[in-house]
Amino acid sequence: MVSKTRSTIFIALMSLIAVDGAYCTAESQLSDVIQKAQTKVVKIFGAGGLRQLEAHQTGILISPSGHVLTALSYVLDTDDLAVILDDGRSYHPEYLGSDPVRELALLKLPIEDESLPYFDLHEDSTAQVGDRILALSNLYGIATGDESVSVLQGTITAIAPLDARRGAFTTAYRDEVYVVDAYTNNPGAAGGALIDWQGRLLGLLGKEVKSRVTGTWLNYALPTAGFSTSVNDLLAGHNSSWEPPSQLPELSLTTEVLGMRLIPDVLPFTPPYIDAVRRDSPAELAGLRADDLIVFAAGRQVASCRDFLEALTYHDRREEIQLSILREGELVEVTLQTEDENAED
Amino acid sequence: MIRSYITFCFLSLAWQATAKAAPTIPAPEVIAIERERVEVIKRASTASVAIFEPSGQGGGSGVIISPDGFALTNFHVVAPCGVAMKCGLNDGRLYDAVIVGVDPVGDVALIQLLGRDDFPVAELGDSDLVKVGDWAFTAGNPFMLADDFHPSISYGMISGVHRYQYPAGTLLEYADCLQTDAAINPGNSGGALFDAEGRLIGINGRGSFEKRGRVNVGVGYAISINQIKRFVSHLKSGRIVDHASLGFTVSTEDLGRVVVDDILDTGDAYRRGLRYGDQITSFAGREIHTANALKTALGTYPRDWTVPLRFRREGKNYSVQLRLPGLHDPAQLVDLIQQQAVVPSAPPEGSPPQPDKEQKDSQLPNINALIPDKPELPLAVKSRYEEVRGYANYWYNHQQQQKIWQRYVGKNALEQLGTHWQIAGTLSSANRFEIRLSSKQGKMRMPTGQSGAIFAGELDSQLSPPGSGGLLLAMHLWQRMLDKGLQQFGEVYYLGQLPAGPDGELLDCLVGIYGGVEIRLLFLPDDGELVGLELYPADDADPCEIRFAGFTEISGARLPTLWQVRHGEKTFAELQIETWQNDGDPLFEQGATN
Repeated sequence: MVSKTRSTIFIALMSLIAVDGAYCTAESQLSDVIQKAQTKVVKIFGAGGLRQLEAHQTGILISPSGHVLTALSYVLDTDDLAVILDDGRSYHPEYLGSDPVRELALLKLPIEDESLPYFDLHEDSTAQVGDRILALSNLYGIATGDESVSVLQGTITAIAPLDARRGAFTTAYRDEVYVVDAYTNNPGAAGGALIDWQGRLLGLLGKEVKSRVTGTWLNYALPTAGFSTSVNDLLAGHNSSWEPPSQLPELSLTTEVLGMRLIPDVLPFTPPYIDAVRRDSPAELAGLRADDLIVFAAGRQVASCRDFLEALTYHDRREEIQLSILREGELVEVTLQTEDENAED
Repeated sequence: MIRSYITFCFLSLAWQATAKAAPTIPAPEVIAIERERVEVIKRASTASVAIFEPSGQGGGSGVIISPDGFALTNFHVVAPCGVAMKCGLNDGRLYDAVIVGVDPVGDVALIQLLGRDDFPVAELGDSDLVKVGDWAFTAGNPFMLADDFHPSISYGMISGVHRYQYPAGTLLEYADCLQTDAAINPGNSGGALFDAEGRLIGINGRGSFEKRGRVNVGVGYAISINQIKRFVSHLKSGRIVDHASLGFTVSTEDLGRVVVDDILDTGDAYRRGLRYGDQITSFAGREIHTANALKTALGTYPRDWTVPLRFRREGKNYSVQLRLPGLHDPAQLVDLIQQQAVVPSAPPEGSPPQPDKEQKDSQLPNINALIPDKPELPLAVKSRYEEVRGYANYWYNHQQQQKIWQRYVGKNALEQLGTHWQIAGTLSSANRFEIRLSSKQGKMRMPTGQSGAIFAGELDSQLSPPGSGGLLLAMHLWQRMLDKGLQQFGEVYYLGQLPAGPDGELLDCLVGIYGGVEIRLLFLPDDGELVGLELYPADDADPCEIRFAGFTEISGARLPTLWQVRHGEKTFAELQIETWQNDGDPLFEQGATN
């Protein structure tokens, strides 16, 4: 009751700002905030284009040198990915890495000595239920070239754990999200910015999912605090550049040796899902199953089947290997003892 | 004990109630603002129209823009209605309305509500001033909810401006439209998008839905009111109005360079000097950096409009006035809309474009089949409808022609001008000129020599004097229209208003077609004076343009004495008329003009 009262007053105050005599200044400030925020949001065009698989999504700039945070999706599964800035400049980004739990991907534009406008993930802005929000995204791919992304307005209606599905599959992310009454759940909106009326980043618009309970489309955003650490790690992890060993082991590890088969590698970034596990193999003994997603191998993040296979080639088949697996939203750590090693024992 | 407990409960309830009530009383300013918003919505609601197809099958929304009942709506709302529709206002009354004009490409239609001359009207805004983040609200009849004709209001934000939405089906194109998250649902089509002050900024008509079903998901589009303002006079002509095209195509090269990649050598753009490879820098005052931006700007102009075009070649900038050709062949447009009229009233269509199955399969229908209830047209509608191919409602065109012509002839006492004109005066060089004109032939004498034209048969070769583009022929057609009147002249129609004044002022345009050539007569809208003539001998030729000023009384009539004659971009002559003799005076007599 109290909070309802508070939000009533809040809304009343907001309408005061919006409609009163000082209204011109207040309103032009809001459009200034929007205009400024729009320059930090990018349009992404990539794979897709079939019915209900739109070939576009949204991203946000998170560094002055062109780091773009977006949703991890099939749109990125192409070598011909284009990121278009608010001013119309188009770039082919480099794929730096992903956070499979939150389904986020980090891209880098080939920009060096320029200072782009960006959302600073180190600034931690949060919001309460009842707060007014703006959602900026290129939903429906309406904006092209130098056209600005669309802005929808609304209110945070709940802060609750995400309990959602995509098709028949439960989504991996289970932590709290901002639920909003603006229609953020639209084709192409994923990766867009949820901001407050001061233009501060509150969260990243999530991918299209339905409530597991009601089957309705969910309008939600991942709170900045929920991904900033992970993304900053991704940024940092990439900066401390990893060097492959100068010499490959005599006998490298293979999926065959581990007793697992990955799903067919048909895309530039096919996520490394396990397709099948051989009976009594190291994989099975370690508890791996079909549909497990490999996210780390020997301490390194693997974003694709190719990444994983490459990681195996650096690994001697006589040594055990540690894998991090994503299964039903949980990270599972396993250690696989190879047969060669067992034989020596 | 129990009683005291109950008393206590009551007391605490009362206390709680006060405690809760106190903070919810808003400050007086807030109440004042709230009241203001209520007033704005109330005022806007009075001009909002609920449109029903006469048999009750479907409908949409509209908004009244003049006290005599002219109202805007979507073409796709009125297409299934045919000639007549029923319109409900929030006074609870149902009015008969008649179709006036349609713009099938822009998805706009003009109707007239009948029975009053004091209809409440919406104030028109300026959609070019609308910014992303502005508040806006829709008023309309979503899901046909309003049994009492009170519009449903939905408040939201402007999500995008200058949006371009690709044609859905074959015709419909939303260029330079406003995007809003105020709910636009089926039934809102044709209704108003108002700004926070209640000014009309757009006509709602489309949304993006895709897999979400036909219910608003935060993305609706409104045709900008500034586009419609250019079309309103054309729609009042009762015609099927076409949009403009360019006569050339462009592509976006490296960033910000929009370059001509194909051009028709018969078009106005080519004659103004535009060539393959030129960079378009601005169109109608808008900077152009993408092909999409050019398409967005172009889509808001009617056929025949003139706009400034700037282009760049080899580092040099050029600035020209471009007369925009039509997007469709007129006959083709008529056929296309007849096809579209049989498609049932479509709620707002979403993007992207999808092949229109109904259209592919449907036969060309007879226009009469589209108006099943024609014999039962309400009397008020019947008296304001005339069916002519190529027109949505010819009655309105005829009215406009008569109004313009009678006012012009009457105010200047031009009934007795006859068909023998002898005009003389000086050129800007102070040299003398003389024009003699009869219904059969014309002659003009200038220091450079004498030339003549014969007015018989096909007229498109009689374009003397050389370099004028057809001054004598233009005068002949003007004389013919004065002599014979509109009925006997040949084909005549009212086109609408075009920005043909010296500073782009809008002028009413009457078009006459005779002997294979076209004459356009341009009138001041307020004053009714004829201030210009334009002769178009062919589609691929520049017109002879005459502008009149210096109106003076000459033998009982009021006539222009200052004529500026232009052809292409050149001034052919500036004529200062000193004598003007008409019928009864002997023709071609020496010394008539000293």
